[in-house]
Amino acid sequence: MTQQHPFLALTDSDRDEMLGMIGVGAVDELFGDLPDSVRLGRELDLEPALSEQELFAHVAALAERNADASSEVSFLGAGMYDHYVPAVVDAILQRGELLTAYTPYQPEMSQGVLQAIFEYQTAICELTGMDVSNASGYDGTSVAADAFYVAKHATGRSKIVVTEATNPQVRQVVKTYAAGFGLEVVEAPQRDGTTDPDELERVAADAAAVIFQQPNFFGCLEPAPDLVSVAADAGALPIAHVDLLSLGVLEAPGRYGAALALGEGQAAGNFPSFGGPHYGFLAARSEFIRRMPGRIVGETVDTAGERGYVLTLQTREQHIRREKATSNITTNQTLLALGGLVYLTWLGPQGLRELGETCLSLAAYAKQRLAERAGIESVFSTQTTFKEFAVRVGRNAREVVAAARERGVHPGYALGRDYEGMDDVLLVAVTERRTPEEIDRLADVLAEVCG
Amino acid sequence: MKLIYEKSQAGRRASALPRYDELPAAPEIPEDLRRNEPPRLPEVPEFELVRHFTELSTRNFGVDTGFYPLGSCTMKYNPRINERLAALPGFARLHPLQDEDGAQGALELMWRLQEILAEVTGLDAVSLQPAAGSQGELTGLLLVRAYFAARGEAEQRRKVVIPDTAHGTNPASVTMAGYELTPVRTDARGNIDVDDLRGKVDEHTAALMLTNPSTLGLFDENIEEIERIFHAAGALMYYDGANLNAVCGISRPGDMGFDIVHINLHKTFSQPHGGGGPGGGPVAVRKTLEPFLPVPAVVRREDGGFGLDFDRPQTIGKVRGFTGPFGVFVRSYAYLRMWGPRLREMSETAVLNANYVLARLKDAYDLPFDRLCMHEFVLSARTMKREHGCTALDVAKRLMDYGFHPPTIYFPLIVPEALMVEPTETEAKETLDAFCDAMLAIAREAADEPELLKEAPHHRPVKRLDEVRAAKQPVVRYAFDDALERVEAPKGA
Amino acid sequence: MAAAESYPEELKYHEEHDWARVDGDEAVLGITWFAADLLGELVHFEPPAVGSDVTKDQSYGEVESVKAVSDVIAPLSGEVLAVNEQVVDAPETVNEDPYGNGWLIRIRLGDPGETDDLLDAAAYRQVLANQ
Repeated sequence: MTQQHPFLALTDSDRDEMLGMIGVGAVDELFGDLPDSVRLGRELDLEPALSEQELFAHVAALAERNADASSEVSFLGAGMYDHYVPAVVDAILQRGELLTAYTPYQPEMSQGVLQAIFEYQTAICELTGMDVSNASGYDGTSVAADAFYVAKHATGRSKIVVTEATNPQVRQVVKTYAAGFGLEVVEAPQRDGTTDPDELERVAADAAAVIFQQPNFFGCLEPAPDLVSVAADAGALPIAHVDLLSLGVLEAPGRYGAALALGEGQAAGNFPSFGGPHYGFLAARSEFIRRMPGRIVGETVDTAGERGYVLTLQTREQHIRREKATSNITTNQTLLALGGLVYLTWLGPQGLRELGETCLSLAAYAKQRLAERAGIESVFSTQTTFKEFAVRVGRNAREVVAAARERGVHPGYALGRDYEGMDDVLLVAVTERRTPEEIDRLADVLAEVCG
Repeated sequence: MKLIYEKSQAGRRASALPRYDELPAAPEIPEDLRRNEPPRLPEVPEFELVRHFTELSTRNFGVDTGFYPLGSCTMKYNPRINERLAALPGFARLHPLQDEDGAQGALELMWRLQEILAEVTGLDAVSLQPAAGSQGELTGLLLVRAYFAARGEAEQRRKVVIPDTAHGTNPASVTMAGYELTPVRTDARGNIDVDDLRGKVDEHTAALMLTNPSTLGLFDENIEEIERIFHAAGALMYYDGANLNAVCGISRPGDMGFDIVHINLHKTFSQPHGGGGPGGGPVAVRKTLEPFLPVPAVVRREDGGFGLDFDRPQTIGKVRGFTGPFGVFVRSYAYLRMWGPRLREMSETAVLNANYVLARLKDAYDLPFDRLCMHEFVLSARTMKREHGCTALDVAKRLMDYGFHPPTIYFPLIVPEALMVEPTETEAKETLDAFCDAMLAIAREAADEPELLKEAPHHRPVKRLDEVRAAKQPVVRYAFDDALERVEAPKGA
Repeated sequence: MAAAESYPEELKYHEEHDWARVDGDEAVLGITWFAADLLGELVHFEPPAVGSDVTKDQSYGEVESVKAVSDVIAPLSGEVLAVNEQVVDAPETVNEDPYGNGWLIRIRLGDPGETDDLLDAAAYRQVLANQ
């Protein structure tokens, strides 16, 4: 006889009683609607069940085989960042009442998560200068596709413009979605690390939307207000893809005229976790509220007049509007967005500004050290950068990465993977977790392997 | 209860950040790009932060709190070991752009998960990339497009068939993928109406999207005939895996004839739903569709190592960043390894639990399709509404007073006053009995004291909330200084 | 307060639960008590633009409650002369007074002959009885 599985509760006598109540003799009779031809008729060909202890040993051994940011000094960024995640985030996200709840369809059972989303929406609106935020999207790539669906319906146009200096993964994902949306995707080229407004103007005519990233993929600050003006003059929705952690020092997109602001939330409160799960944030001016995809929480009162929160404007969504919905999104990334809210609360406005200033200073220091100690110069030396910058390393950057990693330092991302003519360019990210000593070590290692 | 913003006092903070005083000054940010007005984030000390979110958690109900028979959502126990494993530094702090030789453990875990999902679904190749069921659907339909484009049939095949019981995500995905919707009716036994279907499937049909068992909790008895109709017309069959929890180890979508499947890792394979997400929506396909799967593919190399393959010329592209929500994969992999071939017991128990609850309740509520069910079933409060004026919504709210999360209500759309119950395999018979007792008591209350239902809930942190007001005058963010003009925080909160 | 069920004799009806009050070469359009009751309290009306054309049997706008959304079908064709701003501001006006203050749009008829296809109150009641 097999041992009872720890995730099941029924005893043999329970089972007999239950079958008796149902009026069948055996569990197999419950599957009588299945024709023989569709039945498996054998045991699944899987390895035997593991106990928790065996499972831990097996999976921990897999984890041991990865070189993570605790086992090498990492300057990898390119969209995912090694910012510090405080213990309060772990503690709150592990509360079972929040962790194991479904989407809050029944508001009286879910005031905790509903209020948290309302607070998250408020934080995102404050940071981006927008009026409305949804409860999160999948990540920083899919929210860009969501925004294009908004723009398509808001403008009736069928072309979208993405700047070449926008994260390549974002560009790849929107192209995939565009095939279904019936949209054409056009890229606006980068010149010396940023987007030239005049060149953008040449491709922006008849566009439904123009999306740019601030700071852009190379870490450079775009002339964002000028790009927004060009888009708006062309009748296209200006969309800013931003880093939440830059918004203590960089202007809020709403303040320079963006129609929508969105991005990848990982840096604010989530571990890199080999690419997910994280949260994408999506915020807009109030005129787009009925075109927003996904869940939105609104404030209301109960029958006693007390304040409470509910999912609202649900007629936008797939379960009601079906084929005419603003999106098919259902499951989102609420728990990760809650991590973002806890983190942003932990930082507060002063912490956010200090963090931005520290990133700016550390990156400036890193540029200086790489030049002094390794003779390595920035590719876009005239541009202001935030926490990331591109350098020419004088040989194939992927080889440099491999050689540096042998010395315990991951020096950054090889840009030649995404941009022609940049095989010798490395994108170096510096968060507040990298100390000046670690930056010195990077400079020394690069001096050694690039020399 | 106050908002965190209402607890904020200028000058307080929960964070102390490292300071590197010896660093050069930060470079000057050009005036027009610089932020001058700080965002009004909360200013609270760390203990206030912890108390605030802890209090929020006490106003929420999860599977860890109690029974959560939310139909179509498969609210099963989420093992705690999953959380410990996903938090291991080798996973949590692993950068997705790490070189392959520095990510072998992560890649092996993904490859192994793909192999398990291929066996469970009875299909050949798996992409883990989609972030949720809906994104899995869209990915699947983009695969359909790519498949027919490669055959020169893209212009010809424009229609996707969906039964009227389908989740709203199916028709929404059809539109997003640029297809046209062909709805098909449900027959008197709760199966697809095959006669209606025959007239609607032809050389213009690209695919069927089907959930089987359906959202009625019924396995389609005509699945073999449906398969013949679609494949004879040259169309593909897409399986919405929302209800896979009913049939693991018993029947596989591939064996039913489906060509593409998405799996909801947050339903069937225990990724906790987190109050709305994250999820995971891997897609499994037949060999013929493998070339079109998203990039990068996670592959086992000839030398036994694991890697990412970007060289797939026919790929639909990427639907999400990197290789998907990896932390979700760790949890579902762990869960699947704790079941192994015993997964069949999981599904059998889920189906037994559902049928038991159905048997106990079917005389007290309307049962629109009187059959044995699979992992869930749909009752209706139609008679109760007519005779006593109490609706499915009232039943749901009253269940809260008995300490249970309500079932899904008003879905599927073809059943009026629907109550959709999915107990899952989690739960002892005592819990199921307590729930049935509550449902039966509520049916009596509807007759004797209908106000008890209509005014419910009576024992939650809030009473019934006014959703009309929220929709009519949307307040979707805290208004700070303007707040007093809207709704005042309750006294003492 | 929602109005009591009624279907005024002087109106023309469309089987998709819409009504028209024809006056010369103009008509006022709205949705019937039945439609308003089925949806529940309305929270939003998405009107067509003044000056645009509406086509008989096709949607010219949307009405929404909290849990449902419905196309509004034009019983007659024509050019939109006015949109009822009172309903845009307070959509529940439709539930309170579906045939009076709850009208939706006023049009100039494109083809007055179309009115012959519409139902009178008795015929519309029969449509409801058959549902």
